[in-house]
Amino acid sequence: MTDLNTLTIAEARDKLRAGEVTSSELTEACLTAIEGAGALNAFVHNTPEIAREQAKFADARLQKGDDAPMCGIPLGIKDLFCTKGVPSQAASGILKGFKPEYESTVTQNLFDAGAVMLGKLNMDEFAMGSSNETSVYGNAVNPWRRGNDETALTPGGSSGGSASAVSADLCLAATGTDTGGSIRQPAAFTGITGIKPTYGRCSRWGIVAFASSLDQAGPMTKSVRDAAIMLEAMCGHDPKDSTSADLAVPDFEAMLTGDIKGKVIGIPKEYRMDGMPEEIEKLWADGTAMLKDAGAEIRDISLPHTKYALPAYYVIAPAEASSNLARYDGVRYGHRAKLEQGDGITEMYEKTRAEGFGHEVQRRVMVGTYVLSAGFYDAYYNKARKVRTLIKKDFEDVFADGIDAILTPATPSAAFGLGEMAEADPVQMYLNDVFTVTVNLAGLPGIAVPAGLDRQGLPLGLQLIGRPWEEGDLLNTAYALEQAAGYVAKPAKWW
Amino acid sequence: MSIDLETAARVAKLARIRVDEDDLPALANEFNTILGFIEQLGEVDVEGVEPMTSVTPMRLKRREDKVTDGHQQKKVLSNAPDAREGFFAVPKVVE
Repeated sequence: MTDLNTLTIAEARDKLRAGEVTSSELTEACLTAIEGAGALNAFVHNTPEIAREQAKFADARLQKGDDAPMCGIPLGIKDLFCTKGVPSQAASGILKGFKPEYESTVTQNLFDAGAVMLGKLNMDEFAMGSSNETSVYGNAVNPWRRGNDETALTPGGSSGGSASAVSADLCLAATGTDTGGSIRQPAAFTGITGIKPTYGRCSRWGIVAFASSLDQAGPMTKSVRDAAIMLEAMCGHDPKDSTSADLAVPDFEAMLTGDIKGKVIGIPKEYRMDGMPEEIEKLWADGTAMLKDAGAEIRDISLPHTKYALPAYYVIAPAEASSNLARYDGVRYGHRAKLEQGDGITEMYEKTRAEGFGHEVQRRVMVGTYVLSAGFYDAYYNKARKVRTLIKKDFEDVFADGIDAILTPATPSAAFGLGEMAEADPVQMYLNDVFTVTVNLAGLPGIAVPAGLDRQGLPLGLQLIGRPWEEGDLLNTAYALEQAAGYVAKPAKWW
Repeated sequence: MSIDLETAARVAKLARIRVDEDDLPALANEFNTILGFIEQLGEVDVEGVEPMTSVTPMRLKRREDKVTDGHQQKKVLSNAPDAREGFFAVPKVVE
């Protein structure tokens, strides 16, 4: 019998319904796998008691014939989600000791559907990073290696712990969040699937805010089918998030037919970057051919403002972060600095924030403060918001011309070594999100699907971008790509 | 646009983050790298373009203006670094 922790959600669901396994057995298998995977540093707060309790409850539900698809499925939860009574720190020192008195809507939705929480997962501090190297918990490590080379590689970021845990079969799936690529880039770096839905599909209530106009939660899973199942359980209208869409949630899994005949797939010429590795070019061409073979029509398209997406993002995201993170003042929760005799409230704020925030977070908060400050607001912030309008219009134009989905590489490279970017300037790290960030700026759904391995044996992913609110159609195209790519590789266990 | 040490110190002050004098040059340097990258936006013609306010066309929902929550003092204070007698406690604000 296969190890239970290696099952997909769909496989486990079928076995649970058939009575072949129990949620308690699945949960124990995952807890054992987590115990043996300390070297990956993926799980940072384990919650075995909660997991066992939830599994027992799920088993009782299943026994009564409950067929909720997520019932009894053990998951990892990114540390960005507030989970009641369980440390929720956004991987930051400033939230050390914070235990929310409430549950985020997304995790509550999952628990209502019967899912089991194994623990909280590592990430970049406040989701600011592309390599999981800004975490107060230390680096999460990619289970993949370059052949026999033992160099520790990044699982990507910011949802690095989620990606590492799913790829290494420590859980059946995990939650992630994506502000500029934080679900799709780590999914691509670890050979798993990750979807960022349309802005407004998932409630942001109870998710620690980074850049509120860009943040969206989504599932990170072992297959496209699992992404469909889990996304459906996560999303839905929530009166507690004023930007949450009051739209019916379709049965995403039922839309996975694999039939994409007649669909029009756009290939944007602006995504062909100078100096793009040959292997990424080839992967992209192969993916295009696969979709064509499956009956789709391939069309070259132009998204002329692509080049300006990253610069616009690095105005808008820090500006929103600067406002959102103003709440960490040492008064209501988390860390407060020890004060000297005579220190007043300003010293308390300044020392608390200097001690509590890591370097990258401080840098982004200050860049955001600068672009919002008097005299620069128009030149930077308003300019970036206008460029954002144009970036969104690029997509609207191609969709109006009949494009159903857009195929691009997910990342400009395979996973790099932890520490390899330490000497690079911050902009070099930001370039990791060059293919994904446009999607957040335009509020669109985007999915990363593993599609092959590079010469060193590392996974590479392709990204599909869909029309707003048409995640079902997007998942179906991704499903067709997944079937054609036939990607089945797993990392060799060394941890 | 180049950020000098004085501007870097002012931004740190506005952001309420203490930065040591010795660290200001490196910080100013990083700002300049990032702002240099952002400067590219200057190339884009945005004449007549509206700045985006909402990425999905939606009208914010309205509700009746009435109290819907409250009486959770204990929970509100449960994570405070210093709570006394039902209040958040902070250093003296007024001399």
